[in-house]
Order: sequence, then C-alpha cells, then structure tokens
Amino acid sequence: MSTTAIPTNTKWWNGGRSPFNASYGKVMMWYFLMSDAFTFGAFLISYGTIRFSVNNWADPNHVFNAFPFAGHANLPLAFVSLMTFILIFSSVTMVLAVHEGHKMNRKGVEKYMILTIFGGLAFLSCQAWEWTHLLTGEHVALLKDGTLSILPTTVKSNPWGLEVAHDAMLAALQKTPHDQLASIAATLHHGGEAVVHDVKTMSDAELISLIQSSDLHVSNPGPIAFGGYFFGITGFHGFHVFSGVIINIVMLAKTKLGHFDQRGHYEMIEKAGLYWHFVDLVWVFVFLCFYLI
Amino acid sequence: MSSAATSADISLAPEHGSGTKRIWKTFWLLSVLTVIELGIGLTIYNIHKGANPNPTLVLAFKGMVCILTLAKAYYIVSIFMHLGDEIRNMIMTIVVPLCLFIWFITAFLWDGNSWKILRNTNAGSRPAQTEQHQPAAIEKGEKP
Repeated sequence: MSTTAIPTNTKWWNGGRSPFNASYGKVMMWYFLMSDAFTFGAFLISYGTIRFSVNNWADPNHVFNAFPFAGHANLPLAFVSLMTFILIFSSVTMVLAVHEGHKMNRKGVEKYMILTIFGGLAFLSCQAWEWTHLLTGEHVALLKDGTLSILPTTVKSNPWGLEVAHDAMLAALQKTPHDQLASIAATLHHGGEAVVHDVKTMSDAELISLIQSSDLHVSNPGPIAFGGYFFGITGFHGFHVFSGVIINIVMLAKTKLGHFDQRGHYEMIEKAGLYWHFVDLVWVFVFLCFYLI
Repeated sequence: MSSAATSADISLAPEHGSGTKRIWKTFWLLSVLTVIELGIGLTIYNIHKGANPNPTLVLAFKGMVCILTLAKAYYIVSIFMHLGDEIRNMIMTIVVPLCLFIWFITAFLWDGNSWKILRNTNAGSRPAQTEQHQPAAIEKGEKP
C-alpha cells in the first residue's frame, strides 16, 4: 500500500492523504517554531525601538570585549564568535543525526546526538561565564553626584554610556570618597585579598596616582534598558538552548532504548532537530542585534 | 501514531544525493559567512575608534551584516531544517506569515527614531533629555 514516489497528478487536497506530505507532529512543530519566531522577533524589535530612541546606547565592542583567562585584554567579538561557532557546529551534528536516522542507523544517531548535547552544554557554559562577567562588573562610571564608582551591568544599572573626557575624569577623582577609590584601584590591579588590604591603608592621593597610572576609561551611566534587554533576550534564548539540551537527552535515551527501531522510523529525531536548528537560527539574529551592530 | 511517518498518506521525500556532502557544504558556507560578518564587525569597531566616524559608512557596513545574516538564516532553514525539501504549499504557510516582519520592523524602528527626534529637539511637550532617568540608588552614588 505504501507509495515511494509521488505521482505527478497527485490530488493533494482530495482527502485520504496529508496535503502537506508531512506528519501532523512535524507540521505542528513548524507552526510552533513560526509562533516562537514572532515572540523572539517582538523582543528584538522592541529592543531596536528603544535603542533607536536614545542617543547614548552602548557600543557592543566596548561592552563585550572580554575573554576567559585573558584579564583586561581588549578582545572585541572574540568570545561571541566562539559561542557562534559552537552553535553552528552543534547544528551540523544534529543534522547528521537526522541523516543517520533516515538510514535507520542507531549507532550513528547515538554518536551525533551525544556530540550535539555536548555542543549545547558548551554554549550554555559560555553564556554562564559571560553573564557572570557582566553582573560582577568591573567598569568604572561617573555617577550623578560627581564621584566615580564601579558599576556592574544589571537590569538596574548600566555603566556603558558616553565616555567621560579626561579632565572631567580627573576632577571626579578628586571628589571620590576613599572607599570608592580603594575599590577602583583594587579592581584595576586584579584585586586579590592582599591587594584589597593594601589599598585600604593607602591615602587618597596615593590611590589617585595609582589609578591614574593605569589606563582608566570612565563612562557616564547609560540607559538602564540595556541590561533588561540583554539579559532578557539572551536569557530567553539560553532557556531555549537549555530545553533543547533536555529534549536531546530524552531523544538519546529513547534511541538507546530502541524505541525508534521498534516504531520503524526516526521521525522524533527530526522533530527535535527542527527545534535545535531553530535555536541556532535565533542565535544568528541575537548575534546580529546585540554584538555586531 | 506509531506508523505516522510511514503510512500510505505520506511519501518520504527522496534523499538528496544520499550523502552528507550537502550538509558539510552548508556548514562551510555558514562558517565563511560568519567570518565575513566578524570582519565587518571589526571594521565597524575600527571606524568608531577614529576621530570622526562616517555615519553613512557605518550604516552601509551594518546593512551588509544584516543581509549576510538573512543569507545565513536562509541556509539554516532551507538545508538544515529541510524546509526546501517540503512541498510548496507547506513552505508558503510558514514563510508568508513571516512577511509581517517587514512592516513590524519598519514601523517600530521608525517610531523609535521619531522618539529620538522629540528627545533632541524640544519638539515634544517635555524638555529635551539627553540621558534617561537613573534610579535613585545610582544618583546617590550607592551600589545598587
């Protein structure tokens, strides 16, 4: 009864067959992904609207220039390109798993599913590092009261506004109280416990000359919307990656248990694959909107 | 359920070349497009470092990255997600609604830009502000 080739005069809509030549589950996965695309689209467009409406939005190359174990080195785009390549590569292993599924090759599906899961976990680890780096912040900002302070990037504070001119920065240093000077000096010199203790005993003048001896860049605080949009949208994407990893682990378990061999096809792997590729697709746009432009 | 994908009402699409060649080709294509995007990103960074960044040039480069991103999206959806192998009616039910984004993006970015003009020209009912309101904790100089 099963047909292998599609006759040229097929009447798709006469009933008795799927008009889209696809199973219910697969078609519905596509419509779910379409609606999810609108959710992400709405978030990104909202972000774009606010970004267009202010004069002092952060320069991404300025914010995202750190790399693990590289200290204060200025490496714009480096870490995010690593994350992008991890996700592209895990997309390739996913499509290879789907391909092995078509061939009913259980061992091949298992191998590529494991690689895909590792890719997803690697991406999540990168994101955890980046969030920690921003939330524990090391950037110095000029506050409204005319003093300098270290501000983290959170949903309530954004140290990435317009850059402060050099003499304005020097004037602000003179007005900054001792404990704020000490914490700035400790941060600039990679404050371990010993450094923190040392700077606390120094006088204001010593601290100011210590801070001036290192290359200090100071900004005004920027629009507070930055943190909310960044953590909201990358968080929502990260949540998709996380649930994708969970789905892939379930699929790997079902493959190992032989469920798909009993069923006679590996279509579930295809559906999980659609979701996983969608996560990669969204990252392409998050990468564009937050890091590139 | 158990025979959904192999029942008589669904004909499996023919395998393309039955090899993984097309997948790896797409992978290299995506990688090259990403590297070009990164190159443009660094170019924009270097333009911004200069004394007088040319806004038209920056906008042109940003437009180029947007086009490259759309190309990447096309390859992911068409090859990796196999949408290109589905029948035309199904492709249309997914792609046509997404055309709403054309209006969505244009209208909202236009609106954002209009807000910026109001902010900078006193044309609104409020005095112009160059910076957004900061929460009280930061005004007082405390760490929030």
